[in-house]
Amino acid sequence: MTDYLSLSATEARAALDSKKISSVELTTAYLGAIEETAGLNNYVAVTADKALEMAAASDARIGAGEGGLIEGLPVGVKDLFCTKGVASTACSNILNGFTPPYESTVTANLWREGGVMLGKLNCDEFAMGSANETSAYGPAINPHQAADGVNLVPGGSSGGSASAIAARSALLATGTDTGGSIRQPAAFCGVVGMKPTYGRCSRWGIVAFASSLDQAGPFTRTVADNALMMEAMASYDAKDSTSAQTPLQDLSGAVGKGVKGLKIGVPSEYVMDGMDSDVVRLWEQGQEWLKAAGAELVEISLPHTKYALPAYYIIAPAEASSNLARYDGVRYGQRVEADTLDEMYGATRAAGFGDEVQRRIMIGTYVLSAGYYDAYYLKAQRVRRLIRDDFDAAFGKVDAILTPATPSAAFAVGRKVDDPVTNYLNDVFTVTANLAGIPGMAVPAGVNQDGLPLGLQVLGRPFDEATLYSVGQVLEDAADFSAVPALRAGGAS
Amino acid sequence: MSNLVTGRTGEWEVVIGLEVHAQVTSNAKLFSGAPTKFGADPNSNVSLVDAAMPGMLPVINHECVRQAVRTGLGLNAEINLVSVFDRKNYFYADLPQGYQISQFKQPIVGEGVLRIDMADGTTRDIGIERLHLEQDAGKSMHDQHPSKSYIDLNRTGVALMEIVSRPDMRSAAEAAAYVKKLRSILRYLGTCDGNMEEGSMRADVNVSVRRPGEELGTRTETKNLNSLRFIQQAIDHEVARQIELIEDGGEVDQETRLFDTSTGSTRTMRSKEDAHDYRYFPDPDLLPLVIPQSEVDELAAALPELPDQIKARLMGEYGLSPYDAAVITEERETAIFYEAASDGRDRKLVANWMTVELFGALNKADLSLATSPVSPEALGRLVDLISEGVISGKIAKEVFAEMFENGGEAADIVEAKGLKQVSDSGAIEALIDGVMAANPDKVEEYRGGKDKLFGFFVGQVMKQSGGQANPGMVNQVLRAKLDD
Repeated sequence: MTDYLSLSATEARAALDSKKISSVELTTAYLGAIEETAGLNNYVAVTADKALEMAAASDARIGAGEGGLIEGLPVGVKDLFCTKGVASTACSNILNGFTPPYESTVTANLWREGGVMLGKLNCDEFAMGSANETSAYGPAINPHQAADGVNLVPGGSSGGSASAIAARSALLATGTDTGGSIRQPAAFCGVVGMKPTYGRCSRWGIVAFASSLDQAGPFTRTVADNALMMEAMASYDAKDSTSAQTPLQDLSGAVGKGVKGLKIGVPSEYVMDGMDSDVVRLWEQGQEWLKAAGAELVEISLPHTKYALPAYYIIAPAEASSNLARYDGVRYGQRVEADTLDEMYGATRAAGFGDEVQRRIMIGTYVLSAGYYDAYYLKAQRVRRLIRDDFDAAFGKVDAILTPATPSAAFAVGRKVDDPVTNYLNDVFTVTANLAGIPGMAVPAGVNQDGLPLGLQVLGRPFDEATLYSVGQVLEDAADFSAVPALRAGGAS
Repeated sequence: MSNLVTGRTGEWEVVIGLEVHAQVTSNAKLFSGAPTKFGADPNSNVSLVDAAMPGMLPVINHECVRQAVRTGLGLNAEINLVSVFDRKNYFYADLPQGYQISQFKQPIVGEGVLRIDMADGTTRDIGIERLHLEQDAGKSMHDQHPSKSYIDLNRTGVALMEIVSRPDMRSAAEAAAYVKKLRSILRYLGTCDGNMEEGSMRADVNVSVRRPGEELGTRTETKNLNSLRFIQQAIDHEVARQIELIEDGGEVDQETRLFDTSTGSTRTMRSKEDAHDYRYFPDPDLLPLVIPQSEVDELAAALPELPDQIKARLMGEYGLSPYDAAVITEERETAIFYEAASDGRDRKLVANWMTVELFGALNKADLSLATSPVSPEALGRLVDLISEGVISGKIAKEVFAEMFENGGEAADIVEAKGLKQVSDSGAIEALIDGVMAANPDKVEEYRGGKDKLFGFFVGQVMKQSGGQANPGMVNQVLRAKLDD
């Protein structure tokens, strides 16, 4: 019997083409895996009928020799993406029951390339969080566990996506990354996550968190799978004014190219107090791997790094406070009736938004207020410019930058939930890429002393995702990451 | 001419600035493809973007940008090649996004100037501070249900140009002239239909009063005035209210006021303390708006001739009075009609015929130039008959009335009715001889020095001719014979 869940996307795609397996069989196996791992709470909706229908259609297309890039491959979709006829709630009570009559550009691209939709994946409410603990559906669980057997967070905000890929309940999954929401959960769950260059994927149809930072990207088990999915989801979209027309490179072709002759920057600022020693060790290990593969390591400076996190936590809430104004109970979603319009707004939004979302709306409203705008928002935008300049200068000297993905491995569910500032520190290595708009990828590269996954981050020039895939593949090969999650589907055997 | 207003305690100067919201003429909205047609069923012209559905994004309608640039050029204003769209954040049921996309710090059009025409033929230059593009909001209807409000999003997202003047106006009449001239220019440019009844043009008026020569007083803003009459009424009311307030020892509060069309008065809408904090910031869904200079040049080259240019030509080249020139150029259709009617003819005579006879008849019949039964060419040919001496001005009025009533060519009517002017000197001489023979005493008196009787003879000859004798020839021959 074929072990469907063990196949990588590229392997499965080949097996489908050679008719060794069918998409219906593959999809059925994944639907079973979702059921088996339901305790991880990484799906908020399973679209089994739709999945089997799409799989059958894929089989027909493959039979006719017409398969797309990801034809017949099962895909989980972060609940932030609007999917036509399927509830799309951004894991918020305020959008409870909201079923869009339209399909996001990214998911439409995936379906056009033959993807099979498994369902909607758990995430932090409106993508605000780093542990998937702010979801209205409750936390998603990381399939990896330490020896103590305590449930760990999968990271966030795309926690459900990372958890499902690691648990083998999705072969491919979409995520969005505003400050690290793809790369941090990828690192926590031991999977590959890519945040492409801002503008690479259309934001049309994705529930907005912070428009100038939000970017969709793929979650996969391998670097090669990631390149394949990236090629399927990226596109220029006239419906998104910030979408880029720069042509996509041959990403799958870049995967095996190696790093010989590449200059890899190592930023001295990506060290922080209290950083896990295993993280530092892994980072050094990563540098050795790349050097051994023929890359030249260059020490670089990104001097404004320390201002990135504060700037991010001004800009992102500012934009969010405005973006979330539309959830007012007037046209769709939940409404709490009241006597006056203002009271209805207050009651609806108090009931519909969770604490973290309310916190960020308040922060954002504050920093944009008259008298505070210059001191906060404007200054944060200047910092953002300086961070971009830092990277521009660095990429004058190097082809890619290697950093840790996160300051630590996954932590226990509930551990940090009451301390927002500590939670915000999770994004310390990832926010810079969002502020600068550059691509960043997290690759699983090792484990900490508890056996929990740790990731390395590769940052690249704008629109040079190809180099990240070349570097990522070298890291993947060298690391030979093999940590098996305790709670994965088919893991009992 | 003094614009000062006399109060109980002395004279006051009125200071007025206007913010005019002009709906951009375009098929689609500013950031969505939904149609902008007026009068559609409620909520039928609404796209997913207009309704602010989750994940929807604005995309600029470039035609609206071009319209704003055209308007800027028409106002002799600076065009900003880089401008920025900002979000103006506030909650209201007819504002689905929870913010209006507008331009705050970097508008598309900067400083310009508008020349207004006063009734006495004088002109004044009013400064334009800026023009920016923004989205209109929807419409809330509070009178359709006892406890609920109805929302119509058809207007949501329609492109508006907010045109802000300098506080350069000094009377309600100047404010009205400003709006009238602005509307005229927008219509010439085809960038706004200027239809105030349908809400395509609305004005917010900022009014303050001060003692002549002193610092500016505290202003009030009266919102959403949609006719020239309301604008003047609101200003007059505000001026009187503010003067009375100050003269009674009070102070004007800086506030937003509403105009009550039934009473012609204004009342407080919200005070300065209640003013919104709009938390403006650049809209991250949109990149800065960049317009190439070449596109501005191209739009400038294609701009139609504007009323001031035509007026200057009408006065300078054709010798028209400032009044006639202003009347003819107020509407583009009128100017086009005039050019067609007067081309190659006596320009002043045509102007006179248009503004007096044609406009009078149109007014009486409740018709407009567009539905005029007399075409410009037909009017021109009628004037030709006068210039050529075929008919007199008096006969021409009769011919015109016939043309207006039943159509037809002036020449045909003259022919059919036998109205042709008699210019045969023999026939005229015979008429004169007859009149002189019938009035020997008057001839005697005239020759005795009673010059005034000349008019009597002319009248008699014209009467005998049934009005058809050429008056010039009658004059000439009569004088020769009488002075013989």
